[in-house]
Amino acid sequence: MKILLSKPGLDGHDVGVKVLAHALIDADFNVVYTGLRKSIEEIVSMAQKHDVDVIGLSILSGTHLILCNRMNEEMTDKALNIPWVIGGNIPAGDVEALVQLGATAAFPTGTRVIEVVEFFNTLNVQA
Amino acid sequence: MSEIKTAPSVSKSGKKAADLDVKPVYLESGIEVDPIYTADDIKDSDIQNEMPGEYPFTRGIHKTMYRKRPFTIRQYAGFATPEETNERFHFLIKNGQTGLNVAFDLPTQCGLDSDDPAALGEVGRVGMTVDTLDDFETAFEGIDLDKITVSLTINGSAIVLMALYFAMAEKRGYDINTLRGTAQNDILKEFIGRGTWIFPVDKSVKLVVDTIEYCAENVPKYSPVSVCGYHIRESGANPVQEMAYAFCIAKAYTDSALSRGIDIDDFASRLSYNFDIYGNFFEQIAKFRAGRRLWARIVREEYGAKNDKSCWLRMIAGGGGGGLTKEQPENNIIRSAYYALISALSGTQTMALCSYDEAYTIPTEKAAEISLRTMQIMIHEMGICDTVDPLGGSYYVEALTDRFEKEIRDEMTKVDEWGGIVNAVATGKIQESVSRQAYEREMGIQEGKVPKVGVNIFSHEEDPKPVDFHQYNEAAAEKQVLKLKKIKETRNNEVVTQKLEAVRMDAKADKNLMPAIIAAVKEYATVGEIVKVLKDEYGEFDEPIFF
Repeated sequence: MKILLSKPGLDGHDVGVKVLAHALIDADFNVVYTGLRKSIEEIVSMAQKHDVDVIGLSILSGTHLILCNRMNEEMTDKALNIPWVIGGNIPAGDVEALVQLGATAAFPTGTRVIEVVEFFNTLNVQA
Repeated sequence: MSEIKTAPSVSKSGKKAADLDVKPVYLESGIEVDPIYTADDIKDSDIQNEMPGEYPFTRGIHKTMYRKRPFTIRQYAGFATPEETNERFHFLIKNGQTGLNVAFDLPTQCGLDSDDPAALGEVGRVGMTVDTLDDFETAFEGIDLDKITVSLTINGSAIVLMALYFAMAEKRGYDINTLRGTAQNDILKEFIGRGTWIFPVDKSVKLVVDTIEYCAENVPKYSPVSVCGYHIRESGANPVQEMAYAFCIAKAYTDSALSRGIDIDDFASRLSYNFDIYGNFFEQIAKFRAGRRLWARIVREEYGAKNDKSCWLRMIAGGGGGGLTKEQPENNIIRSAYYALISALSGTQTMALCSYDEAYTIPTEKAAEISLRTMQIMIHEMGICDTVDPLGGSYYVEALTDRFEKEIRDEMTKVDEWGGIVNAVATGKIQESVSRQAYEREMGIQEGKVPKVGVNIFSHEEDPKPVDFHQYNEAAAEKQVLKLKKIKETRNNEVVTQKLEAVRMDAKADKNLMPAIIAAVKEYATVGEIVKVLKDEYGEFDEPIFF
């Protein structure tokens, strides 16, 4: 499975996304990382270009609802029909709203790396 | 990390773990710690004859340290609009805080105005938003800039924000020749952690050195750069690497300033440091004492500084977020109290603590107050200020301090082998290695190899209650956009255009940009407009990707 990991918005906290990238690579996933400060348009376009199976967004600045709303719109506009997930500094109370916005999963603050890897493993079975 | 784990232990006394039938213990930096240290371990150390306030300053940069004046308490704060920030500043000062540390929102840190489409949802979210001089005039209204020292936590756009601060001070009648304060302005660490870089690495360093040069000539009491080991450590570096990379960065700025013909004694005393505290208690203390000694030696022996003050490692050392946990968040109050004690025992100049709710959000007022009280209790009830360097002479602390100095030097040599810090950062070499370490540490915690109370030992099934969140003020962001619109309508736009062109001309001619930027901000040119000119001239950093 090929996973695009990205940092949308202006937030520069990339420790978590890089930790996850290492963990996914160690679990034999194919990971493409976009780097910092990508717009939602750039992320969706990169997902198409690299022909990935799933997109992971990492947001720690608190803008997750606004950016995921944009994500939802952009995925529809570009008719890209692959799952996308979100993690970072996400209050547990926002998980439901993020799923409503189209996220296949939202990983709240404190989610263990192992749980996220396990999620992708399960997704692989379904795909 | 595994390669240094085989390094021999510090002790020379033969009282090693194996001799005493106990398990070996390794610090995060890979150094083995012995169960017992004795006078033998420090008998060759220079520390026997060293006094605080004397070169090489292992025991502190001042003779009487906190007996004369306790460390400065400077909590990080800054909220949404300049109006709200001003209110919070007055609240903090009334509560006994002696310095201000201003947090800026991400658009300001990335050099974007509030009305930029990329700023949507970010305006005022993680700190104060700044578009023009008007915002600084509002934020610092009623604050005596001679009595309260202000620290600006800004990097990518630092030259513009420093220009705004100087212009604001001048407008209020202060002589900038005597103005004090600090800017973080350490762009090289932003490429390793924190991520608010804007321009390519070489141009970024040029801008930092412009501010050093300008301050050396015009604002001599201002500290233009605070070199940050803090964020490097938070990104996954171990304590030895934290110090080593920070010193390599400070040397890169220093070398560049010297190449412009500035005398080492005209700026070295104004460089300061920002370090992180979490992890092993004694490892942190040895790190600071060794770091202070090593930096003094670098500045005197390598750069030939004559003035003692040039050799001082002045620092803010505070409790880092890296040690705090989302689980059982109240435990973070206890952790932070230990971090504060480490900082004081290490002879810090300034202290700040992360608040217990920072794993979730920027601190609530209650959480910020607890941090403040933690430091005040230590100063006023614990006798921490009575005696200088109270751990000086401890067999363990001194032996570990000596060992740390050597380890930091070795790590700096490694960076030289990578082609120097600028190259190591531009190519992503350091980013790659520290992110790998962050991964190993995180897995260590998740697998229970690195014990963390409330997380992998003594943990609960469920947290009983969520902490309060600091709420984002959307209306304030809208107000800021309207205010910017009004300023753009009422300022003299013809003059603004001329001043921006002057910045461009100086950039093309590779001149020091500070005077032209100060002239532009005085006419209410925006942060975004000035950064745009520089992006046109310098381009933007192309982030190395190693996945």
